[in-house]
Amino acid sequence: MTSKTAMRILMAIVALIFLFSWIIKSGSGVSDSTFTNVRDGFLITFAVFLTLSIFSFLYHDNPFYKFAESLYVGISAGYWMCYGFWSTVVGNFVPRASRSLSEFFHVPYQERADHILIYIPIIFGLILLTRLLPRIGWLSRWSLAFIIGTTAGLNLTRYLRSDFISQVSNSFIPLFVDWKGAGDFINHISLAADGQFIAILSNWVIFVGVMCGLVYFFFSKEHKGTFGVASRIGIWILMITFGASFGYTVMGRISLLVGRITFLFGDWLNIL
Amino acid sequence: MKHIKLILFICLSLCLTQAIVAQTATDPPAETAPAVQPPAPPGNVILKDLPNDEGHGILVRWDLSPDDGAGRNTVISYDIYRALSPSAPDSLWMNVGTVVLGTKRYSDKSVEKDAPDFLPKKTDLYYRVVAVGAGVRSTPASAGPVQAYDNWFNSMKMPELIFCIVFLILTVRFINMAKRGIDLYVRPLAGIEAIDEAIGRATEMGKPILYVLGIGTAGDIATIASFTVLGRVARKVAEYQTSMIVPCCDPVVMTIAQEIVKTGYADAGRPDTFKEDSVYYVTSQQFPYVAAVNGTILREKPATNIYLGYFAAESLLLAETGVLAGSIQIAGTDQVSQLPFFVVACDYTLLGEELYAASAYLGREPLLLGTLKAQDYLKAIVLVLMVALLALRVITGADVISKPFDAPWW
Repeated sequence: MTSKTAMRILMAIVALIFLFSWIIKSGSGVSDSTFTNVRDGFLITFAVFLTLSIFSFLYHDNPFYKFAESLYVGISAGYWMCYGFWSTVVGNFVPRASRSLSEFFHVPYQERADHILIYIPIIFGLILLTRLLPRIGWLSRWSLAFIIGTTAGLNLTRYLRSDFISQVSNSFIPLFVDWKGAGDFINHISLAADGQFIAILSNWVIFVGVMCGLVYFFFSKEHKGTFGVASRIGIWILMITFGASFGYTVMGRISLLVGRITFLFGDWLNIL
Repeated sequence: MKHIKLILFICLSLCLTQAIVAQTATDPPAETAPAVQPPAPPGNVILKDLPNDEGHGILVRWDLSPDDGAGRNTVISYDIYRALSPSAPDSLWMNVGTVVLGTKRYSDKSVEKDAPDFLPKKTDLYYRVVAVGAGVRSTPASAGPVQAYDNWFNSMKMPELIFCIVFLILTVRFINMAKRGIDLYVRPLAGIEAIDEAIGRATEMGKPILYVLGIGTAGDIATIASFTVLGRVARKVAEYQTSMIVPCCDPVVMTIAQEIVKTGYADAGRPDTFKEDSVYYVTSQQFPYVAAVNGTILREKPATNIYLGYFAAESLLLAETGVLAGSIQIAGTDQVSQLPFFVVACDYTLLGEELYAASAYLGREPLLLGTLKAQDYLKAIVLVLMVALLALRVITGADVISKPFDAPWW
């Protein structure tokens, strides 16, 4: 049996299961309307088919996955094109540009003096489209330069505050919390989470971690000797952090899987 | 008989009236609540333009009412009103805010032109502050006029300015050094060194290279850093005459990527071999994009997958598929939460800032090298500053290190 024949048989089986599931789900509908039951039965069965098609990727690339992928990408691209038109062109441009256009699209016209400013992005947008005309396509680079330049400039101060100054500021932590001398520290030492010892230990871990992490990301010096040791500690701390983050995120993904399993076994098979 | 009935009715009515009057007279008088005195008004209202703003804010300050926490202790809150004229009728005094007892200041700020409480700049404004008790209100304390002005300088951003100036000086200095031909050392980055090797492998295998810029926009720093590496990769790909696939998640990113790859091919002296279709737009949604790229990986079986840019939940989905396809994988992102997935699934990973350093390391261009060196020296300054301030605290016991960049000490 060739693989083509096997695939045809498999597709026929899937089609039969689909029809069988549709009939069963339509029959078990709770609505008084037959049309609603048939429609809901189809939607649930189709959702199950798409879910299993995507899951089939775990085994191998196959026509079912290709179908689900193409449908997903096509719907998404179409949706975003419509969304872009209605939110940007109709939502932002039309209400500021023309009263008659606003009436045509049923959006309230905004009469304001600063409307002239909207023509700057419009001009840049049109320049971007000159890429479609090879002779003047070079003009589109002006728009690209404007986009990259302004966003990089605007992000400079924003990230300087959020990713640099705030983080540096938060790293200035006391290394000896509530310190009243070594004698007092030893007498009251405890492993309580809110105790002095744990607070001091935490702050030292943060301090050493920040220092060694900074050393690891220092590119101007070879990581050898003491510098190399600090860099190695830095990468160890990074890896431990990544490990914790990995576990945390995997747990989040498991909950997504649980959602799909609940759908398959609950909404479809009514086992759960 | 008829008269007797009338006389009886009149007598009965009189008796009833008398009884009611007597009853009323014997009832205790209704207890009337003692009249609540309104609190004393707040005093000394001072108005000032709100500093460090774009001109739509007024700072209102006042002295507490004598009945706030003292005296009759009847103040619950303060209402702040604004009007365009001191003689405006009460209906034109707009309540712009309410603060709880014990508060002595309020920032009246409203920048939205369409908002009902919009605060116009360079316009005379008058304010009233009223102490509010339980069902009673003090007489208003008034002040004005005051005008709101936009400020040219936001003093709260002084640290940013200082760091920018320091960074600028360092950058210019190192760029000049690089231009003069002084060798600026940059430590080797394994992930970047592997790129040339990976392109060579793809050429030998006759398979394409997949370059994924992530799901960021053209404004994301990681995407901009990735563009630089893309240019270098495109040039190498053109030199080795192998093929390249660049699926994009953002139309603007696609446009820029097309230009960069085209330039890379031109720089390598092979502009004619550039195929515009090799850099294409898929969709702007995250998971459909992943589904499409995963499908491409399994169908095209690229020899090398390079994931550099902004990534979110799709990082592991892409990298895992790349493993299934048997590709060499090089990844890098500044998203800390996604780095673990790249670390476990890719052959080489550029961690955070290594992605930014990669472009300088690859290109060895004075501009990029100078910037990288300036970053390094800024890090060194921060490191020294941290140690010095912490040592100062330990030695003196003074709290000199709490939020050094947040307090307006300047």
